[in-house]
Amino acid sequence: MKPFNVFPYDSNINFIRLRWLSLGIALAMLLVAIGAMAVNGFNFALDFTGGAVTEMRFQKPVDVDDVRDRLEQAGYGNAQVQTFGSGNDLLIRLQPKEAAEGASQKGDTTASDVQRALAFEGNPGTVLRSEVVGPQVGKDLAINGLWALIFVVAGFLIYISFRFEKKFAVAAVLTTLHDVVVVTGWFALSGHEFDLTVLAGVLSVMGFSINDTIVVFDRVRENFRSMRATPEEILNKSINQTLSRTVITSFVAFLTVFALYLYGGGSLQGMAESQMIGIIIGTLSSIFVACPLLTLGFLKVTKTDLMPKAKDEAALARRP
Amino acid sequence: MLTYARWKYFVILLVLVLSTLYALPNIFPQDPSVQVTGNRGSQVDEALRTRVADTLSKAGVSPKAVELDQGNLLVRLNDPDQQIKANDALRDQLGSDYVVALNLASTVPAWLEKIGARPMYLGLDLQGGVHFLMQVDQKAALDKRMDATAEDVRVVLRDGRLRYESVERRASNSIVAIVANAGDAEKARQLIARSQPNLLLDVQGNTVSVQVPEAELQRMAVEAIEQNVGTLRNRINALGVSEPIIQRQGNDRIVVQLPGVQDTAQAKRILGATATLEYRGVVENVNPYDAVASGNVPPEGRIYYRKQLGPDGKPMPIVLNKRVIASGDQLVGATSMMDQQTGTPAVSVRLNGVGGQRMFDYTTEHVGKPMAVVYIERIPEVRIVDGKEVRTTKVNEEVISVANINGVFGKEFQTTGLDSPKEAADLALLLRSGSLAAPMDFIEERIVGPSLGRENIERGLTAVMYSFAFALIFFLFYYRVFGIITCLALLLNMLMLIAVMSLTGATLTLPGLAGIALTVGMSVDANVLINERIREELRLGLPPQTAIAEGYERASGTIADANLTAILAGVALFAFGTGPVKGFAVSLIVGIATSMYTAVGVSRAIATLIYGGRRKIKSIWI
Repeated sequence: MKPFNVFPYDSNINFIRLRWLSLGIALAMLLVAIGAMAVNGFNFALDFTGGAVTEMRFQKPVDVDDVRDRLEQAGYGNAQVQTFGSGNDLLIRLQPKEAAEGASQKGDTTASDVQRALAFEGNPGTVLRSEVVGPQVGKDLAINGLWALIFVVAGFLIYISFRFEKKFAVAAVLTTLHDVVVVTGWFALSGHEFDLTVLAGVLSVMGFSINDTIVVFDRVRENFRSMRATPEEILNKSINQTLSRTVITSFVAFLTVFALYLYGGGSLQGMAESQMIGIIIGTLSSIFVACPLLTLGFLKVTKTDLMPKAKDEAALARRP
Repeated sequence: MLTYARWKYFVILLVLVLSTLYALPNIFPQDPSVQVTGNRGSQVDEALRTRVADTLSKAGVSPKAVELDQGNLLVRLNDPDQQIKANDALRDQLGSDYVVALNLASTVPAWLEKIGARPMYLGLDLQGGVHFLMQVDQKAALDKRMDATAEDVRVVLRDGRLRYESVERRASNSIVAIVANAGDAEKARQLIARSQPNLLLDVQGNTVSVQVPEAELQRMAVEAIEQNVGTLRNRINALGVSEPIIQRQGNDRIVVQLPGVQDTAQAKRILGATATLEYRGVVENVNPYDAVASGNVPPEGRIYYRKQLGPDGKPMPIVLNKRVIASGDQLVGATSMMDQQTGTPAVSVRLNGVGGQRMFDYTTEHVGKPMAVVYIERIPEVRIVDGKEVRTTKVNEEVISVANINGVFGKEFQTTGLDSPKEAADLALLLRSGSLAAPMDFIEERIVGPSLGRENIERGLTAVMYSFAFALIFFLFYYRVFGIITCLALLLNMLMLIAVMSLTGATLTLPGLAGIALTVGMSVDANVLINERIREELRLGLPPQTAIAEGYERASGTIADANLTAILAGVALFAFGTGPVKGFAVSLIVGIATSMYTAVGVSRAIATLIYGGRRKIKSIWI
């Protein structure tokens, strides 16, 4: 029975020869991402900026412009109003008023203010969810996210240096960071809302991206030990050998996250979006970025980098 | 050759049975219910049950069941709307003798509960409820304590008959006292040192500077937040919420989560309620039980009830003097400790200057007589009467301790004769928690409606099911027999993940559900690696059985490296994330760990079952 296959097994695409082009594209994407972050900034959600959000459900669809006018009359200028779900649901984000009675009353009044302002005749609305978040919290969260990033990078460097080799560790971390920056940059570029779950999604992209890269590197290590060829040929062979696995895994992973995007509802969409992009970028980078990096400058690998050291030591020990 | 040790099959079987058992409770739905608990010794019995049943039928609520269970009455209902209705009706009818609380009653059979199997705890986003994050104003707390210290210094100087020009608070937590004669400065220093040995003192000319040491400031800050947590806990217990979370977060924040509570306004009022305490003398020549029975109370006295229950199972009455000796706003601090003379647990209390003076006057006249501490709580309540909001205040008064006055004392004294260090700690907490040590701001507030919670669960489950279905169909199509093996491994992986999360009491949140879906996506990687490797070995011309064995062998190392790095990222998410992110991280970590076992161990066992043995196989479906 002949196996069913997406990729021909004897694929022999010369990825390494394309390295200048692929690394160039990767660099360009990185620059665009950083540029977008610098110029556009992020559309930070409540988790980061502080403010109030109220979700309301009405019996009949409502006119968003009308809602904005009513909120303005109630003293909430610059309110963000969007519909979601069936169109009867409203998501309203606004900056709470400085309450005269003190901060403890803030949340209370905002939700009821909004409800009062939106009391449509014959179309009653109920508050599904309301949230007030202080900006102080957001700052802490951002700092925590940064710490998580540093922890992960350090952890990767230590683990991969230990299991593989320092050059592999640096190349893998660079590739992963590239993916994270590009995914984050997408949110700056598109202006899609960046909230806590998106942050979680971005950080989990690191997990996926490194996983993909490690699988390819693992094969590189294996081939360096068993093949007689130049490093470029070995790298090329390794990528080609793992190509069908890389594509299948990414395809299935993408499908699962896509299900999340389709059926998970509004609150999971941001997270699913960050992961969908992360999976695509992570897959491409493990093919086009990670291995080419191992042929450049101080990252250039040689056979001696990967010979099992334990064997040499054992051999030395046996000598009189 | 393709073999697999027999004991490993037993392990797999065991894992399968245990996973099924511990995942099982999740399929039993929880009943929305109302729990009624006796307050102040009120009986929970058949009579109450009839009363509750009557009240419910009058309110048009038909309960699923009304059960008596370990001193509680549990009313099971059909849906959350009925639950709210029943709760309101019962609260009005039963009044303050009973605590009426919303609850979710388990329908898990008793035998499952006996082996520790329980459903996953649902986060607020899946269940509905309120979440508050409160910030304690540490500066205000410190100001209060520094003011008290400055007042103490003034009193010490006055009592020592030293003339002073000023006692002032300065920035950087110090107090500067200027005495009239430079010669008195050293004497002033000694007086202050004797009354408060933990302060740092320095004399220069006619000024004595008093510095509060850093350690002391730290202690004050910690005490302030603990006092606030204690106060909140007392109040929430009175509210009767099931499974509330009241946690200190960081240096100056408190998280409060009340699942099932919908009325934030009411919750906020209770959390912001004021409480205080009073020291009162005991009127001794009356038998309190007679006074209660006859209504004859001496003109200077009033009947109070003690926290402890008497022999009749009701709170013991006591007659206290109407005159207040000292009150809570004069209380500066209370700490539990061991009494140095007797070695028994004790509570050390500090009052401010004014309170201390009055305590001194009173104790001088009443040595050997009992004195009581009364805890008073004022909770604003809002009821809807005839469609109008009526605001009332409920006042709870309770005698929390009665002790004999052993000698004359002033602003610092001890309550001894407590039974255990725990009792001492509880009393100290109650004394402190009379009032909030520092004002708190609500800086974050989240309300999730129960219907939105239900919707979130449904959406999340649908998403997980679809992602699972996508993966399974793809594998069946692409790898055929090995696709079936992979699917079986994935199913067990899912089962294990649910069992582990239920067993460890992890909280399932909406992002947690996303984590489960993502786990499916990530765990297929291990299976793909194995299957692709087997194909590769086959192409190299190895006989099928050897190819399978080699495939598993060679892929294992790669899988370990790839998954361990992914777990590393999960650990970072868990360590630095909060709330929903943590829930996501937990399911991701557990999922990757279980997938390593199922992909490598279990799928190999199944493959061996199918293709192992002595017979030669010409080809395999992969």
